[in-house]
Amino acid sequence: MAVPRRLLRLFVVGPPLLWLGLFFLLPFAIVLRIALSDSAPALPPYAPHWEGWSRLGAFLAALDGETFAVILADSLYLDALLSSLRLAALATLLALLVGFPLAYAMASAPRRWQTALVVLVILPFWTSFLIRVYAWIAILRPEGVLNLVLLRLGVISEPLRILNTEAAVLIGLVYSYLPFMVLPVYAALERLDRSLIEAAADLGAPPLRRLLTVTIPLAKPGILAGAFLVFVPAVGEFVVPDLLGGPDTLMIGKVLWTDFFSNRDWPLASAVAVLLLLLLVGPILFFQRLAKGAAA
Amino acid sequence: MNGLRAPHLVALVAGLGFLYLPILVLVLYSFNASRLVTVWGGFSLHWYGALLRNAALIDAFWLSLRVAALSASLATLLGTLAAIALVRFGRFTGRGLLSGAVAAPLVMPEVITGLSLLLLFVGAGLERGFWTVTIAHVTLTTCFATIVVQARLVGMDRSLEEAAQDLGAPPWRVFASVTLPLILPGLAAAWLLAFTLSLDDLVIASFTTGPGATTLPMRIYSAIRLGVTPEINAASTILIALVALVLVAASLIAKRNLLPRG
Repeated sequence: MAVPRRLLRLFVVGPPLLWLGLFFLLPFAIVLRIALSDSAPALPPYAPHWEGWSRLGAFLAALDGETFAVILADSLYLDALLSSLRLAALATLLALLVGFPLAYAMASAPRRWQTALVVLVILPFWTSFLIRVYAWIAILRPEGVLNLVLLRLGVISEPLRILNTEAAVLIGLVYSYLPFMVLPVYAALERLDRSLIEAAADLGAPPLRRLLTVTIPLAKPGILAGAFLVFVPAVGEFVVPDLLGGPDTLMIGKVLWTDFFSNRDWPLASAVAVLLLLLLVGPILFFQRLAKGAAA
Repeated sequence: MNGLRAPHLVALVAGLGFLYLPILVLVLYSFNASRLVTVWGGFSLHWYGALLRNAALIDAFWLSLRVAALSASLATLLGTLAAIALVRFGRFTGRGLLSGAVAAPLVMPEVITGLSLLLLFVGAGLERGFWTVTIAHVTLTTCFATIVVQARLVGMDRSLEEAAQDLGAPPWRVFASVTLPLILPGLAAAWLLAFTLSLDDLVIASFTTGPGATTLPMRIYSAIRLGVTPEINAASTILIALVALVLVAASLIAKRNLLPRG
């Protein structure tokens, strides 16, 4: 009753490949198609209607880039894209500044503590992302916990306006993605050959010099992996800018959401999705190349 | 290194404090008798009572649980198959496609995944609701499940499988009685991760759901939009306690060696 090996393999490879092809790759083809169709708020809110695969070829031939022209002519979209990139880059930098000392301290802690510390860093990730972002509202609002404490301590005389500003969005982004920075950096530092740092110390290098010329270069693969894991999702983030940002906080994920749910303009939302995707291809390839360079 | 020094301790306390502060604030406020966030009106379980009478929120909770359980089970199945193919099959046709399709949803912004799935469902004429959200969540969480199972398979000792093979066990028998028990903790971890990700998802569910199928995060989101409600604090605390309970149980099971460890 020997089942042919190839057939057996087909049963293993087939289902996941079929599923992801049908529900992940195919939808992108549809997004692209609708992004290239004309905007017309009808039900379903795009024109022309789905006419089956046979007509797809004829349809593709008649496509024009009208929706993309709308996007490129409207400075809102370009501004939102640039502002998303800027905020994501800032959040990545801040996550590194907060995450590196934490990862370093974790890697320096006694061995028997390290597993517990890793679990402590991962644990918040298991609780609801939405709820954790929402909690920051209670902390940052004018009558919130932070202002309450600062006023009591006499540090400030009137409440700081942090909620609904870019600062709040940055805090939210750093908070949400911090574990993604800490874990790869910790993994790199933990594997690091400590004798190299000791050698630098023996040769008279002061602590800062040791950090900059030995520790950080050796931890580079971890830092790059962390930066990638923070930056890429932060660019398209919706929940954080929506809940913590203000009316003037532009982020592309929020713009897409508004176009889709409030303006019900599906072609426009699809075109924004395509642009966001194109925007992310660059950083993804960039990080991949850097990571390869660091590994070599 | 030689022990924990003061700067390290400061970094640890500050970093972990930053991670846990919002959760602590939320839990504290859920027991606040006052509706106002600024005023501490004394300890009270008032909001938990209000929560139990909030039928819409409870319906959403059950819906989310069903979606999460079903999608996590399917995602674990698909993720295990994908992980076996990627770790064990060497080169095969479609390998590049599979590893790409497994990695892509990880870096894909949720708004794009949600939008593209919705357009697929509309194009295919599927009625949106429970099933479309479940399909969307399977798609999202399969990738995470694959990574978890993959890590388990890579770290596994293959000599036991080889021994079973040498003793004449057919491939399916080797899998069922040797491989599967060994990777079971990985499957459990993958299922739990998929379950929590599904339970937590707002963006993809908002795009792919239909009338009558409002998930818990969608309810919580609209409550937050309407203004901070103490009931949400209570609901959040219960969710946090639930996750903590599951994690503690999982680690106890692993500790007591009820599951084989690798």
